[in-house]
Amino acid sequence: MSAVRTLVALLRDPRRARAVDPAHWTEVLAVARAETLAGTLAYRLEGLALPGEVVGALAEARIDAAEARRTALWEANRVALALRPLGHPVILLKGTAFVAAGLAAGQGRAIGDCDILLPRPLLDHAEKLLVDAGWEWMKSDPYDDLYYRQWMHELPPLVHGERGRMVDVHHTILPLTARPTPDAQALIGDAEVLDGGLAVLCHTDMIVHAAAHLLADGELAGGLRNLWDIHALIQERGMEGLETRAAHHGLSFAVDRALRLTHALYGTTVPARWQRLTMIDRLYRCRMMAREGWARERHKALRMMFYIRSHLIRMPLPMLIRHLWIKWRKGKAATGSG
Amino acid sequence: MRVGPVGFRIGSDWHAPIAALDALYRDYPRPEFADYSFRLEAVSPWRRRVRPSVRVAGDYWLPDASPLPLAQGLLAAEMGMNLQVALGHRRHLLLHAAVVARGDRAILMSGVSGAGKSTLALMLSHRGWRFLGDEFAMIDPDTGLAHPFPRPVSLKNESLSLIPEGCRTGPLLTGTPKGDVRHVAPPAAAIAAMDEPARPALVIFPRFGFPSALSGLAPTETFMRLTQASTNYVAMGEAGFQALTRLRAQVPAVALDYPDGEAGVAAVEALWEAL
Repeated sequence: MSAVRTLVALLRDPRRARAVDPAHWTEVLAVARAETLAGTLAYRLEGLALPGEVVGALAEARIDAAEARRTALWEANRVALALRPLGHPVILLKGTAFVAAGLAAGQGRAIGDCDILLPRPLLDHAEKLLVDAGWEWMKSDPYDDLYYRQWMHELPPLVHGERGRMVDVHHTILPLTARPTPDAQALIGDAEVLDGGLAVLCHTDMIVHAAAHLLADGELAGGLRNLWDIHALIQERGMEGLETRAAHHGLSFAVDRALRLTHALYGTTVPARWQRLTMIDRLYRCRMMAREGWARERHKALRMMFYIRSHLIRMPLPMLIRHLWIKWRKGKAATGSG
Repeated sequence: MRVGPVGFRIGSDWHAPIAALDALYRDYPRPEFADYSFRLEAVSPWRRRVRPSVRVAGDYWLPDASPLPLAQGLLAAEMGMNLQVALGHRRHLLLHAAVVARGDRAILMSGVSGAGKSTLALMLSHRGWRFLGDEFAMIDPDTGLAHPFPRPVSLKNESLSLIPEGCRTGPLLTGTPKGDVRHVAPPAAAIAAMDEPARPALVIFPRFGFPSALSGLAPTETFMRLTQASTNYVAMGEAGFQALTRLRAQVPAVALDYPDGEAGVAAVEALWEAL
């Protein structure tokens, strides 16, 4: 069995770990790191009787994940403090939200940036407050900056000058140029408030957002991890009201596919109508599992297809052509000037 | 292969770097399980044959690191191992230091590249000291013990003439980013004892090429220097802080300037006698 298949099988059923031999563990660990699932795997397998050196490597992944969690919560705390004058809770998204809400999806999860959601009218004020509190714009050019502000669902990324951590301030969950237009007001209005000026999306919106992130935005890099988020959310708190909510946000196609894939890969408990993959679903599964035992990427043509698709779903074709033309000319100018 | 507590799986697009590693690491075990995997890859398919150029890709790697010519493949492999440990290892607090021991008590010699810690460690290892490593001191956060990580010593430029007779060495690598480099395998006894930790008894911050001088260090300065010498102090969180605090509280630290290798070795041994 290929290492990526073993990884998925172990996440689905940890009891299979005892049948894995040491050489194959080396591959599984390399693939888990490449898919940012090492911490998740380590928590899933905690307490099992495994070879000593494997236990040591998994313990290391848990140390890393615990530190990622601590850092993410501290960063959320700092962001909430800086944004207190807004008088609006800071809605955490993705990994930071999972750990702040104490969800199973946060167990062992790698967390990069601090992603937050705020009502669009507050964005200018929020940006000013963050800059006053020590966040800085990354080196960027006027075209990128304007593009972000006009067409994206978030501010240009801000990095804290001392801690080096990035905050992404969103006002909705998909680019404005994408075809689906989720109801940002509903996302914000139904958010669940936590302590410390923080909030998280309601349960069904968390799943819708994870599905949108996985299937309506991007090229499926890190897809196994994003799909695991959906699995863990559903296993812990079910999927009541999910279908209606997905339809409300215009994201039924993404949620349906995510449910079929997460059932097929991780054995998520879903009703019968999501228990069969379509032909196209199988392409997605193939793309998500395209790694060999050294964790190198496989299936170049398929990857390229999904890469092109990621651009086409992000914006209408004429706009994409203009965007790529400008980017290409800038790239040429940059190499030309050395 | 395994070095101390860490197993590496190393792949390559070419045979030569693996053959060089195999020879240099002849006495190290070859376990089935490896903690970290990395590959020495051609920067592009055609650079496998035309002006072959090596980069490291793997569990942990730096996307913008400059590639090396294939002739320096062994150096790329050594850098690959350092990267995996520096960026991935969390079971021990890592200090950029050479470590030697007498019995079960160890000296940590910490300093920047060029401070002479590798040369001192190699010279001491041929005067009855056990060599535990010249790159990372691995401090167990639970016990405070230093775990051996005895990789081959990399000697550069003017220290190349100090390689003792009869050592197993790698090829001379000329014109590397660090100048001329040759790797020297540690004594077989050091490799055989690489699972036996030692308790730190002295921390030295050596500086090569200065008139002989010795000064004690205030605990606060020791602490600051050690945090700067650690690659994973921040990533280890509270465990790293505890390990460093204990080391600083229990082990004396000195700054040692020395003009040449002989004087350095004599000074280290004199300090040891005076402990």
